[in-house]
Amino acid sequence: MADSKTPAKRPLVTRPRAIVIGASSGIGAALTRRLALSGYLVAAVARRQEMLDKLCASINSNLPSGEDQVVLPYAHDVSNFEEIPELFQEIVQDLGGLDLIVYAAAVQPAVDDQEFNFDKDQAMINTNLLGAIAWLNQAAMRFERARRGQIVGISSIAGDRGRVAAPVYNTSKAGLNTYLEALRNRLSRRGVTVTTIKPGFVETRLLENASKTFWVISPEDAAKQIHTAIVRQQQTVYVPKRWCVVGMIIRHIPSFIFRRLSF
Amino acid sequence: MIEEEFSTMEKNISASQIEHLEAVDSWGGASHSISYVYRPVTVEQLFDLFNLAQSSGRSIGLRGGGQSYGDAAMNSENILLDMRRMNRILAWDPTTGIIRVEPGVTISQLWQYILEDGWWPPVVTGTSYTTIGGCAGMNVHGKNAYEVGPIGDHILEFEMMVPYGEIITCSRQENSDLFFTAIGGFGMLGIFTSITLQMKRVYSGYLDVFTQTQNDLEGMFEYFETYANSSDYIVGWMDAFAKGSALGRGDVHRANYLPPGADLAPSQSLRLEHQHITPNMFGVMPRSIVWLFMRPFMNNFGTSLVNRAKHVSGYFGGSRQYRQTHCAFHFLLDYVPDWKNAYGSGGLIQYQPFIPKETAHDAFADILRLCQRRGILNYLTVFKRHRPDDFLMTHGLDGYSMAMDFRVTDSRREPIEKLAYEMDEIVLAAGGRFYLAKDSTLRPSIAEAYLGEETISKFKAIKRKCDPQELMQTDLWRRIFADL
Repeated sequence: MADSKTPAKRPLVTRPRAIVIGASSGIGAALTRRLALSGYLVAAVARRQEMLDKLCASINSNLPSGEDQVVLPYAHDVSNFEEIPELFQEIVQDLGGLDLIVYAAAVQPAVDDQEFNFDKDQAMINTNLLGAIAWLNQAAMRFERARRGQIVGISSIAGDRGRVAAPVYNTSKAGLNTYLEALRNRLSRRGVTVTTIKPGFVETRLLENASKTFWVISPEDAAKQIHTAIVRQQQTVYVPKRWCVVGMIIRHIPSFIFRRLSF
Repeated sequence: MIEEEFSTMEKNISASQIEHLEAVDSWGGASHSISYVYRPVTVEQLFDLFNLAQSSGRSIGLRGGGQSYGDAAMNSENILLDMRRMNRILAWDPTTGIIRVEPGVTISQLWQYILEDGWWPPVVTGTSYTTIGGCAGMNVHGKNAYEVGPIGDHILEFEMMVPYGEIITCSRQENSDLFFTAIGGFGMLGIFTSITLQMKRVYSGYLDVFTQTQNDLEGMFEYFETYANSSDYIVGWMDAFAKGSALGRGDVHRANYLPPGADLAPSQSLRLEHQHITPNMFGVMPRSIVWLFMRPFMNNFGTSLVNRAKHVSGYFGGSRQYRQTHCAFHFLLDYVPDWKNAYGSGGLIQYQPFIPKETAHDAFADILRLCQRRGILNYLTVFKRHRPDDFLMTHGLDGYSMAMDFRVTDSRREPIEKLAYEMDEIVLAAGGRFYLAKDSTLRPSIAEAYLGEETISKFKAIKRKCDPQELMQTDLWRRIFADL
């Protein structure tokens, strides 16, 4: 039986479609909600099925225009890399297209200043970096052919330098930054926008293990600013913006000073 | 090669088939999609592609020249067949004028093949990049719609491959229900593999053209009533900005074939070189950059200015008579390459209602005034006369059509759609019909209203017979008919 699952489209007023990976909590969940309420059809991908279902139910039941489903749940662990190409095709077929993909999945297990734990390190590289590469490669291949589309990676200010406190978390985010930059270089000439979001401290479970925090914002505030960056098709954005200045300073502190600092 | 891809048939199109993914836009440029595009050459490959569709769980859409304004030749996220490589002329008899072609033959290819033998296609679209398969699927009409009907009236026979693999021959005598449904069936029943048509004998490479300025809508209608029966071609161009008593003013062009003997050197005028349009306008400006100069006028103010200038110059010209080559009369826009670019990145859509002659004048006046009230005006309005025909899903009727091109920008998308919905009500109240090759805004309820439940169930029954698994789909099918 041929697949008439591809939904019908109105040529003039099209509904934008998005995939958010890491949608069950934190920034991913807030962004999913925000996109859904601004008219996107969203595929929410996350590992924890119950949290995902709760999120979908809460958004789908509060729709203003009385339509049934704007958020579709997909349970998936990003470290299962082999699943990703087929899952991507399945999701795109269910959505009937794709305009935006947001990679928001990340883990940050607690790591002591003197701890070297490869298992934790591997988990961070898998989820924060390799998962992103696996997903965003699929989107890149598709958007390059479509000559339109937007890729968003949620990175972190932590990717700007390697630090004492969380070396592999820094590494994973730095890797993500470079990968997104390379995608931008490959794809912008094809009409595709690649956006790197660098949040500061956001009130999510990633903050559980952080010691000194300041300028903390809620995931909803972060989602609002990220949405604005998406609409404006910006390239690299610190969230909130003031981190931009801090980031610039930190990026340029020479090593002979930086290695003596405690953060 | 398609054969290699069949060695790994999977449920979903695998990542290796990503190489077939291509961006496919509506001709107007207002809607975008991405599809797995294949370009078959042989009938065997069509058979393989149906198998691919079935095994991968995707539908198959057909695309000829891709000249439909809206989403009729698009199939988002699924398989799309670009038929232009199936473009052989299979048989041509210059004594009878009967030609048999593969579906990917374009109007451009066709007229260039037959003209020097003294023939011209009986029906041509406003652009020569359409394919015969696409023309048959949409049952297209030309500027001689009233005189000779749509292209279906000139198709003698066709062969069509249906999704279960069989090739069926259809004509008015054989499988006639399929004949009258697949022509105008917008690609939903099967793939044409050959089409046989009767061409029109011509005795000159020229047409006798007469132009006349009309001051208002009544003038337009009167001129058509007077001359439609005695002209081979007749078309009107209207100024949508003209208000009040000048509502519907414009120009009418009518043209006649030259009878035998009227052209003193037909073997010269029928030569292909003679039809050739120079690449420069006025001898100096390359046509390829003309669109750049049109760009600043593609807004309400600019176009109203241009229309006013055209009308005033028409006053001083009054009525004119001259000879024009077939190519220049029919395909002038083809020679202003990329003129669409003048509309900007949002592109354009067309809205073309067909209204019975009894109610046409009032309905068109209402529509023009509605657009003016909403401040959403179209920048090109084309007025034609039509006659009824026997094809099931036809847009033809005994009346008039008014084709309007609307520029699309991000802020105007919703207002244009809303305006289209309002115009739909006027058209339905007047007993009008729509044409799928131009459409971007029809809703299922409107299609049901103008086609009628009986026509739609007949169409669906035939589709179920030809394509029981509903493999043949397009974005337009899913938008309008899938749920009816």
